[in-house]
Amino acid sequence: MIFDSNKMNQSEFLKIVLPFKDKVYRLAKRLLVSRDEAEDATQELYFKLWKNRSKIETYDNVEAYAMRMTKNYCLDQLKSKRASNLTLIHSNYKDESASLQKKIEYNDSANIIKKMIDDLPEKQKMIVQLRDIENYEYQEIGKIMNMEPTAIRVALSRARKTLRDNFIKKQNYGIV
Amino acid sequence: MELFKIEKLIEKYLNAETTLQEEKVLKKFFLQDDSPIHLKEYKYLFNYFSNSKLERVSKSITLSKKQYNLRWLSIAAALILMISIYTIHQNNVREKEEARLAFMETQKALNLISYNLNKGTKAVAQLKTFENTQNRIFITNK
Repeated sequence: MIFDSNKMNQSEFLKIVLPFKDKVYRLAKRLLVSRDEAEDATQELYFKLWKNRSKIETYDNVEAYAMRMTKNYCLDQLKSKRASNLTLIHSNYKDESASLQKKIEYNDSANIIKKMIDDLPEKQKMIVQLRDIENYEYQEIGKIMNMEPTAIRVALSRARKTLRDNFIKKQNYGIV
Repeated sequence: MELFKIEKLIEKYLNAETTLQEEKVLKKFFLQDDSPIHLKEYKYLFNYFSNSKLERVSKSITLSKKQYNLRWLSIAAALILMISIYTIHQNNVREKEEARLAFMETQKALNLISYNLNKGTKAVAQLKTFENTQNRIFITNK
């Protein structure tokens, strides 16, 4: 292997990037849903970070940069997945027994909330993940999402109200 | 904490106006067992949020595997290319050599045939001279 002494070595690199690996994974899983795909995405992100390690020292916030790369990578994955799965989704649409099965599966509060977050628009979904689960500051979320803090607050407020309203609805139906 | 303060914080929370510190206060409040029943939905939400943060990636992360594979792959590809070019070149040289040999063999065989053919013609020519002489003798005798 060709070794460039200007670049940081492996252990220095890992010390910087490994602390947020679970956050990367959780964001990937929120977007891609499947555990395997989220793990692959996490691995892929670390390959990319390692390849760009010479740039890492120039970023003031490596974690936000990594989260942003994760977001972009997962959205690309979803786009290509949707392009190839369109007909499949359509044919599953009217399957009554499948939707009943799903209702049974979601019949517990954590799964209901997970499903409700899944159903949010993509931006709101990611902002809920970053703020309510990962507890990032608005300024950091702004860097990750490439959005103005006020726009983030608007989207987050909408998402939180939707989650609350939908949960109360489910409670009234007696599902929870 | 007094309930009306919590209710005020919830309102701020829904408008996305709470700080991280205030959200921590809310979380702590709703994670205790005796949170009020009329705010039950927040108990579920905050429980879900804090449980989600416990999820960990289970596979270990590697850094160099992919680059390594690519490197070996390119070396192998270059080797295969070189070997095939060499073999094709060698084949060409051998074919040329074989063609040259075959040409020489054929030439030799043809030379042999023409030599023997010429020997035959000479013999026939001698016979002709003999006949001519014979004719002359017999004609003079008549």
